[in-house]
Amino acid sequence: MKAYIRSAVAISPQKTFNNPAFLDDPAEYRNSRLTSIEPDYSEAIDPRSIRRMSRIIKMSVASALACLKDAGIANPDAIVTGTAYGCLEDTGIFLTNIIQENEEPVTPVAFVQSTHNTIGAQMALLIKCSRYNNTFVSGGASFENALLDALMLLSENNAANILVGGMDEITDTSHTVLSRLGLYKRQPLSNLNLFNTNSKGTINGEGAAFFLLKNTSSPNDLACIEAVATFYKPEAATELRQFINSFLVSESINYSDIDLLILGNNGDSKNDEIYSQLQQSVFKGTLSINYKHLCGEYPTSTAFAAWLAANIIKKNNIPVIFNQGKISKNKINKILIYNHYQNIYHSLILMSSC
Amino acid sequence: MNDPVFVVGVGVISGIGNNVAECLDALVEGKTGIDKIKYLRTNHSDLLPAAEVKLSNDELSAMSGLAPATSRTAMLSMIAAQEAWAHSGVKKNIPSLRTGFVSASTTGGIDKTEEFLTHFLIDNNKGKLRDIINHECDSITTMVADKLGIRNHISTISTACSSSANAIMYGARLIKHNMLDAVVAGGTDALTRFTLNGFNTLLVLDGKYCRPFDENRSGLNLGEGAGYVVLVSERVASLLKRDPYCALTGYFNANDAYHQTSTSVNGDGPYMAMSGALEMGGLQPSDIDYINLHGTGTQNNDSSEGAAIQRLFHPHYPKMSSTKSFTGHTLGASAGVEAVFSVLAVHHGMIYPNLRLQTPMSAFPFVPETAFSRQADLKHVLSNSVGFGGNCSSLIFSKL
Repeated sequence: MKAYIRSAVAISPQKTFNNPAFLDDPAEYRNSRLTSIEPDYSEAIDPRSIRRMSRIIKMSVASALACLKDAGIANPDAIVTGTAYGCLEDTGIFLTNIIQENEEPVTPVAFVQSTHNTIGAQMALLIKCSRYNNTFVSGGASFENALLDALMLLSENNAANILVGGMDEITDTSHTVLSRLGLYKRQPLSNLNLFNTNSKGTINGEGAAFFLLKNTSSPNDLACIEAVATFYKPEAATELRQFINSFLVSESINYSDIDLLILGNNGDSKNDEIYSQLQQSVFKGTLSINYKHLCGEYPTSTAFAAWLAANIIKKNNIPVIFNQGKISKNKINKILIYNHYQNIYHSLILMSSC
Repeated sequence: MNDPVFVVGVGVISGIGNNVAECLDALVEGKTGIDKIKYLRTNHSDLLPAAEVKLSNDELSAMSGLAPATSRTAMLSMIAAQEAWAHSGVKKNIPSLRTGFVSASTTGGIDKTEEFLTHFLIDNNKGKLRDIINHECDSITTMVADKLGIRNHISTISTACSSSANAIMYGARLIKHNMLDAVVAGGTDALTRFTLNGFNTLLVLDGKYCRPFDENRSGLNLGEGAGYVVLVSERVASLLKRDPYCALTGYFNANDAYHQTSTSVNGDGPYMAMSGALEMGGLQPSDIDYINLHGTGTQNNDSSEGAAIQRLFHPHYPKMSSTKSFTGHTLGASAGVEAVFSVLAVHHGMIYPNLRLQTPMSAFPFVPETAFSRQADLKHVLSNSVGFGGNCSSLIFSKL
């Protein structure tokens, strides 16, 4: 099960969309909410379609369309999306409407666009794609399941190219609620200093990232996705190490083969303990970078991490913002993304140069 | 990759019964579960009938072992998934297997979010956090997976009204790819004010009891429930004491790509889903003995699905019916509930009636079944699902 990444497009709190530069000018935020830097959508999406679209739909559809365009694919064999929260803004609008209008809501628009499959469905409609279409809402493993579905489809020989994406949005309500749950830093700080605080809480993030995956190689591929695996609620640290060990065994690689680790540290001291324990054991000595200071913490942040890994491999360059100085290896061939979301789902995504 | 996948357990809760036996009795006796709304607190209870599960949250709590304040969606899921899982005997007889839970939902914990938001909208510091923490569909799935003791793979799918069919497909594929040995797959949705008002605003709810595939049909009734099948590989099936119910021989997912909330006039989506499932199973249209229709009772769905059936089956139509005339439309759970009914149809050789059908649709030469019947040689049952966003999926269950 190997997939060739023909194109990768992200809209994120960084200048990642329509920007040939690679994270050379990091956006700084001074509160706990990172907001996507959105493009002028009228260039990407038909203005008649934009009017009714919520932010998450616009972000996702614009990146998905750009991804198809970059890959030179008009109509993929499958569209698979992963989103933990789905279309939160429309859900909130319709719920508020029901409550405030005493169950006499005026319009079904928000209801219709609140379903979790709206993004996959809008894409199918916009490009008239009648093929396989699926949406995973698996919390912190939503993007991973979408990837797994895509990899399985490719190996089933029913699909040669697949559009796969992960996306989640912050709304005012969700940010207030998640803040009340104690997820974020209480003191203002710069996102660029996220890993220097050693305190409780993280920063909220959002974004959409899409990939066009193919079952055959071509000269312009960014990178390959070798495998993806999820692990649910490990009961002990040993279980987690076993999960990582057996993943590497099944991929026939050693720890020393990993040129770069991309880790899901999010700045919350308790959350990040799991990463530091692994870095003192199985990942000891492996070059690693963090990414959530750039995109924030959210359930589908691994889609941003996969976009990052694909570009690092393609450009053979780790941007300065990751503070790696000069790296000793000449070529970054293998990247392992390891993330856990609230210690519920742990995931591994192995990517390689093609 | 083409190894067969077998169904070795079923579990269901719906407006017509709290378990497989009760639902089966109602199907045989032709007793609908649609009634005046009694359990959901809504202004529409006198105007819009629905097929509620006939238990209060407290009663569901006692039955499911989950706290009374838990989302109704989770309690329904727990009861049906537990029935399927226990009944399969997989955990008891072969405890060391790699097991998965793939559950579908469209509402998740939104029944609780409604309560939270009522207070939150007045003051952002108000609203009990315990009412919002399970808003996500995934929370419902993990809550149930933990109780079932399943942890090798957990995932949640949401593709509107076809959600559970895609969960069953995904579960089957995880087995075929040798990632799991046994999967509990299906879905759950509670009746909520969110969905009731949503569909009411779309003007697709019938103020009377729904009449799927009737010329004079005027909309759907919502329902609620959960339905799960236990899927296993051939190896696992051979280790169990009881023979499997049937095999899952075909499935296909396609998108109608026509409109966000309505299906194309010619039924392109359902046509592709049905023909794809037949092709996968190596079957001809004439091999299908019974179609469990999506059959919501809306003008659009039934004419579109009917057109697709005409294109694929004319002139030899299998028997068919919509069991939504019993259970109402259980949305994300419907393909799970109907998969259980389809499995039982194959296993017991039964064809369910399409209740309240008086005037068959004039556009089509076929007429759904109006009476319950038994057919011992029933071999292949096709189950259709069509959803918002054009998501169409079909499943085929076949006698062994």
